[in-house]
Amino acid sequence: MSPRASRSARARRTPSRPSPSRSSRGRRVYLVTGGVTKFAKAHPAMDFRLMVKRAYDYAAKGVPNLTADRIDGSRIAYFSDHFSRQLKAASMVQDYLGLNPKGSVRIEWGGATGGECFQAAYEAVASGRMDVCLAAGYETMSRVATWKGNEFIALASDTNFDFPLGGFYTGYYALMVVRHIYEYLRKGKFAGVKDEREAQRLAIAEGQRVMSWVSVKNHTNALHNPYAQYPKRLSVDDVLRSEMISYPLTREQICTMSDGAAVALLCDESRAKEFTDKPVRITGVGCGTDTMRLADRPFGKVPLFAHEKASDYEGLDYPGVHSFRAGRSAGLEAYRMAGITDPLRQLDFIELHDAYASSEIQTYEDLGLCRYGEGYDFTLSGAPFLKGLEYGLDVPEAGKIPVNPSGGLIACGHPVGATGLMQAVFAFWQLQGSVRKHFGDGTLQIRDAKRGAIHSHAGTGSSVTVSILERGF
Amino acid sequence: MTKPKTLEKFREVQAEIARSGAAIFRDAAGAESLVIRYPYAVEYIHSYAEDSPFFLGLAEGKLLGSRCTNPRCRFLYATPRGHCMVCGKPTEWFELPKQGRVHSWTTCHFGGEAFLSETPYNLALVEFAGARSVLLARLKDCTESEIYVGMPVEARFSPTPKYSITDVWFVPAGR
Repeated sequence: MSPRASRSARARRTPSRPSPSRSSRGRRVYLVTGGVTKFAKAHPAMDFRLMVKRAYDYAAKGVPNLTADRIDGSRIAYFSDHFSRQLKAASMVQDYLGLNPKGSVRIEWGGATGGECFQAAYEAVASGRMDVCLAAGYETMSRVATWKGNEFIALASDTNFDFPLGGFYTGYYALMVVRHIYEYLRKGKFAGVKDEREAQRLAIAEGQRVMSWVSVKNHTNALHNPYAQYPKRLSVDDVLRSEMISYPLTREQICTMSDGAAVALLCDESRAKEFTDKPVRITGVGCGTDTMRLADRPFGKVPLFAHEKASDYEGLDYPGVHSFRAGRSAGLEAYRMAGITDPLRQLDFIELHDAYASSEIQTYEDLGLCRYGEGYDFTLSGAPFLKGLEYGLDVPEAGKIPVNPSGGLIACGHPVGATGLMQAVFAFWQLQGSVRKHFGDGTLQIRDAKRGAIHSHAGTGSSVTVSILERGF
Repeated sequence: MTKPKTLEKFREVQAEIARSGAAIFRDAAGAESLVIRYPYAVEYIHSYAEDSPFFLGLAEGKLLGSRCTNPRCRFLYATPRGHCMVCGKPTEWFELPKQGRVHSWTTCHFGGEAFLSETPYNLALVEFAGARSVLLARLKDCTESEIYVGMPVEARFSPTPKYSITDVWFVPAGR
């Protein structure tokens, strides 16, 4: 027997070891600083280049050892060329920041543009292509009227079959939540109501009430976030009585158009330690996708987290239009990489993509904070609320896993290309314990936060990213 | 030449540029920005390509789905697609029944700018017996309070087709 053959025979006999975790396939990547502009309905005194520059300059102040020549390149994100009618605008950002002739590329992936940009910068560093990579994103949505802006956003739906019916994303999310309510409230809490139409009315009313809790939570949190566009104290009745946009979603349950920019600086381990004594490590990245048309979403089985069983979902057609399979896939990948098996206990907070109050509840389930169908009860338990804040609601389990402690998209605004990076920066400050320093108010600081998740989501859940951030000091 | 009007509310700036083409916006910090009207119109040469038979079918009062040609798959799509997303094989055209049920629905009180004049309008995802995906369409001749998941509906076709998905819509069955 040749030595080679004997080695392979031995290998066959050896019980197979678990495959190395994905994180060992690349270099460790850290977030060392970040900056955000105040999100606003309109920033007419700043074009997109200046907005990014302001966020960049703020970030640079956080790492005094960093000089621009240490940055190896950038990933620059914005969603729509339509909003500024300037193609290749990312080149102009690179140019304005003085980063030429270093490598750069524009990132676009619908509403998840910011989250994808963050992961693209992660990949540049993890692969060893760059030691220091800037992730920058922005959107200037005020350059067109609000309803024209809605039309532009809806062009991110199938223009043969979907767009000509109304050109309206809120309508698509309303279709999704009506079915979610049907699956889980009509067939759940209201299963005993005999009259079908009456049962559905009651279920929708209950769904609207719970969605209003999310809106109250996020707007209240934002009262302590100086970057937020719409901080306000609201009651559930205020939310329910606000203008109906697309039944059953009201104005206060929906994010608005915004101008804003955000940047995050990512680097490898040795530079991270050089630049800051409080780096944050990116320990997991995940991305999932689904069909562009809601109508094509399959009726299959739920991909399970460790704490779920197939029998939990007997008879459930998944995802249909009621859940975001892309969010579940992104969560599975990111959790696996970060070694998370019980997200509710292993995460200290989540910044997630609440473009609609409905999608926040749907996302609790996608990310395994509760089982599918439990999102409404999970909200009412108070678990996603911050402890110690006055919401005017009975939230006995507040602090269990604060979701959108910053105020989320509903209250902070949603300048698309900046949004996912804003989440990264807010999560970074949480993990550094530096919320008071950056917000001038420490109310939103989660004590001793060690690990958080950020979640960025594109059109009706056609693509979603999840990234896990951990204290790296 | 008169200088553009200086205004301190962005809404007023929007109104002014619609009127005169230019305005100066002064923000709370005193910074002044020149804002101009910048129109943009374009006509596209839009091809329905492999989806074309569906839109030609609407003009003939037919609702065409597609079915996978792979005998082991046979996935039936209510919104047609040229190739099967499950197995990748080509699909063939398949006439759907004109009756279906509401899978989900909403009433839009706003919409993209081009559709604002049509509000409020209803959207419904319609399911058909045997089909494994659904179809998004307008739902007419009924109001918010009458619609429910599971409601039987039937297709209506425009007598003056515009070769758009709006050439078909649904109404409550029997109406």
